[in-house]
Amino acid sequence: MNDDSLTSPAILEGYLQIKVTEASTIVEVSGHWLRNARVRAVETVLTELAGQPIKQLSFQATELTAWDSRLPSYLLKIADYCNSHAIDMDTSALPGGVQSLMNLAQAVPERSGARRSAQNTRLVERVGNATLGFINGVHERIVFVGELILAGWALICGKARFRAIDLLIFIQDAGPNGFPIVSLISLLVGLILAFVGALQLAMFGAQIYIADLVALGTVREMGPLMTAIIMSGRTGAAYAAQLGTMNVNSEIDALRTMGISPMEFLVLPRMLALVLMMPLLTLYADLMGILGGGLVSYSAFDISFIQYYHEITKAVDLTDFMVGFFKSIVFAVLIAVAGCMRGMACGRSASAVGDAATAAVVDSIVYLVVSDSILTLICNQLNI
Amino acid sequence: MSNPHITVKDLTMAYGDFVIQRDLNFTIDHGDVFIVMGGSGCGKSTLLKHLIGLQKPAKGDVFYDDQSFWQAAAEERVKVMRRIGVLYQSGALFSSLTLAENIALPLGEFTTLTQSEIADLVSYKLALVGLAGFEAYYPSEISGGMQKRAGLARAMALDPEILFFDEPSAGLDPVSARLLDDLIISLCETLGTTIVVVTHELASIFAIGTNSVFLDPESKTMLATGNPKTLLAESSDSRIIQFLTRGEGRSAPSGQAGDF
Repeated sequence: MNDDSLTSPAILEGYLQIKVTEASTIVEVSGHWLRNARVRAVETVLTELAGQPIKQLSFQATELTAWDSRLPSYLLKIADYCNSHAIDMDTSALPGGVQSLMNLAQAVPERSGARRSAQNTRLVERVGNATLGFINGVHERIVFVGELILAGWALICGKARFRAIDLLIFIQDAGPNGFPIVSLISLLVGLILAFVGALQLAMFGAQIYIADLVALGTVREMGPLMTAIIMSGRTGAAYAAQLGTMNVNSEIDALRTMGISPMEFLVLPRMLALVLMMPLLTLYADLMGILGGGLVSYSAFDISFIQYYHEITKAVDLTDFMVGFFKSIVFAVLIAVAGCMRGMACGRSASAVGDAATAAVVDSIVYLVVSDSILTLICNQLNI
Repeated sequence: MSNPHITVKDLTMAYGDFVIQRDLNFTIDHGDVFIVMGGSGCGKSTLLKHLIGLQKPAKGDVFYDDQSFWQAAAEERVKVMRRIGVLYQSGALFSSLTLAENIALPLGEFTTLTQSEIADLVSYKLALVGLAGFEAYYPSEISGGMQKRAGLARAMALDPEILFFDEPSAGLDPVSARLLDDLIISLCETLGTTIVVVTHELASIFAIGTNSVFLDPESKTMLATGNPKTLLAESSDSRIIQFLTRGEGRSAPSGQAGDF
């Protein structure tokens, strides 16, 4: 009776008839009242009942062959109707199991105010909610940054509390473990830059300037930016997921009640690790990018490595490296802030952790591109 | 009704080389409230995993109505699994779905009911566990006890013949635990459901159990099977007596045991 796949293909049916006599109204149920049986819609029964003046309603179930949850759930709808229309309902003729299940279901009355339904909100309301949500989000960010600055100050004063081993683990994770992907992406970006630029420059016979293009482009822009984008997907998302899961398990609450600031214990080491590792990774990415450009110049445009190297030393000076360095530190802070903030603000469910990781990556990429534009503009204005 | 509902034969459970329990033999009859009891770490929950198809036995087999469960093909096993309902320790509700959607999920997957019929069934199941009106809530918005009851409503969604409970009263206050016990009994009585409960709550064991198996972590096998009240009265094994009397021995006022 419980396995739908075992039932025969013949369609089972449950019947319900309303018989009106002078004394009372009798609802007769018969046949198969099973999940996979065909039964008339309960709404039609309720409309039929509504058409007549009923004082008392009783049941008859002598012809009932089989039933499962379908029957009590159906009859409860009729019971609700009787309740709201002050009709006296007599269930004594129903099978004992059905009666006691109906009693059980009615034993705990619905808590008032508990019910809520998905209502259609109006446009104005939705715009209002979105605006309030936005303001709230900005407020949360400001609070987070404020707390982070306080934690940073504690660190400078030597009072911040976190475990050194945690910092080392995060450094290992953000730095050396990121080498392979950073190598691959930077090398390819260098290759692409060289190819695209060289095709144009070759028209003027100025292939040698590939070196300038690749070196300047990589050191000032592509090195820091590509590294940052890799790290936001690799490490920023991981931070959000780690902290989010800790939030789900009340681990962050546990830290708070121990009197340990989660900001110092969880966020600071992660941010420090990124701030320490990102400039080094960026430097490495610069090297790989320039190498990629060199490969293209040598193999496709007949520029020897010596020429390439010589041209680069003329084109790039320490200031360019410093600009890239500075950018990478800014990016590291932004990635850590985006990842940790989304993680700390994560909801308490499995899906919320996924949402937090997604939001962390989206946030950090937006932060990266916007801040990169601003920094480039500033450098341009200051002639750096 | 004469055949046992579930038969466990020569079951040995192990993680790799590490044996948890060996040579388990017992039967669960139709309509039993069967208790799996024993101290912490004796393999109660592991036994449950073997019964519901989450972990393969190292040796031996489980039979549902004389039909082998672990020797059967995977599709046969899925068919058996659809006849059972499981209430996990923390409810295991899908956190991204509302309570109504949680309960509607198996109904939508395995029946041909219309949306409104499913909605009616869902409301009825929630009302059965005392959660009428909580359809639109997410699991994270209700208390632990309520989550457990909602988990029960989901386990019962397809009217299973056998319901498995993993530590149903863990984390519940005594009153809620008692209400859950009452609910289990009334469901068992009205629907004739066979119920298997993993627990070490003495109050529950004596209040609802009609049959049981006692697992011992030291000897790594079962020490006894039978009605827990009979075990308390008649067992000669000191470990069982210690467990069933909270280590006080049978000299403690024995009349109390049945009144829990």
